[in-house]
Amino acid sequence: MQNTIIHWFKYGSPQSFYPLAGKMLPWFVALALIFGLAGLWLGFFVAPTDAVQGEGYRIIFIHVAASWMSMFLYLVMAFWAGLGLALNTRLSSMMASAVAPTGALMAFLSLWTGALWGKPMWGTWWVWDARLTSELILLFLYLGFLALQAAIDEPRRADKAGAILALVGVVNVPIIYFSVKWWNTLHQGASVSINKSPSMAATMLWGMLLMALCFWMYSFAVALLRVRAIILERERTSEWVKHAVA
Amino acid sequence: MQWHSVGEFFAMGGYALYVWGSFGVTALALVIEPLLLRKRRMDVLESLRRERRADERQGNPS
Repeated sequence: MQNTIIHWFKYGSPQSFYPLAGKMLPWFVALALIFGLAGLWLGFFVAPTDAVQGEGYRIIFIHVAASWMSMFLYLVMAFWAGLGLALNTRLSSMMASAVAPTGALMAFLSLWTGALWGKPMWGTWWVWDARLTSELILLFLYLGFLALQAAIDEPRRADKAGAILALVGVVNVPIIYFSVKWWNTLHQGASVSINKSPSMAATMLWGMLLMALCFWMYSFAVALLRVRAIILERERTSEWVKHAVA
Repeated sequence: MQWHSVGEFFAMGGYALYVWGSFGVTALALVIEPLLLRKRRMDVLESLRRERRADERQGNPS
């Protein structure tokens, strides 16, 4: 127990996390590439044509991955932001700031690929349906977090204000997830759920899961890359940063 | 495999605009984001180096 506590504090400082993040980075990049290539290969060359949607359904391989990531990254961001608020740790807040832009990108990609999927299948780019609207709100929450942090000059105050926004916005995540159950929506129900077997061909399912893993690893890699830049920017006056650059 | 030619693959059964529009924009985004971050990192490192050189010229090495 004593050991764990020491480790947490050790890697809780930007100074020791900076090289650790640098070491983890190539692994996440490699995993993202491997999962991505395997997922694309399954998605385009192994998974069969859909009986109803023809080849158009292949958008699923990135749409689902981006949508899952947009929700998951929000929880990750809120977790780090909350931790930073509660424990007053600098690194936690830096992690929250590092995750936010990638989360916003995922929310955008989810909406973009959704629109391109909706047009041929539903006949419309957009409807004000519960699933779509709550995902749009998620994008706005990310953008609000980023704008709020950018608007406050003092970094620690920006962290605190952003953390409160991030925590309040968490309520939106279950709303997105359960929206297809709670309301009658145009959007189809969950493709994969824990308590029933998936309603799709095994190769389609595997392609989707591999793409989700690819996006997951990509997000971690990019977040580590960004947190390293943030650490250098914010700790630039400290001795270790000056020595590290030499 | 269900494709009989390269052209058929790119046609995506008539859904080319939607499928490639999705995959294209996503691929572009996932390439641009790391490049922007690389630039951000290079910018910080460069400004730190400049600061260091300025310190050294003033004869107060840190």
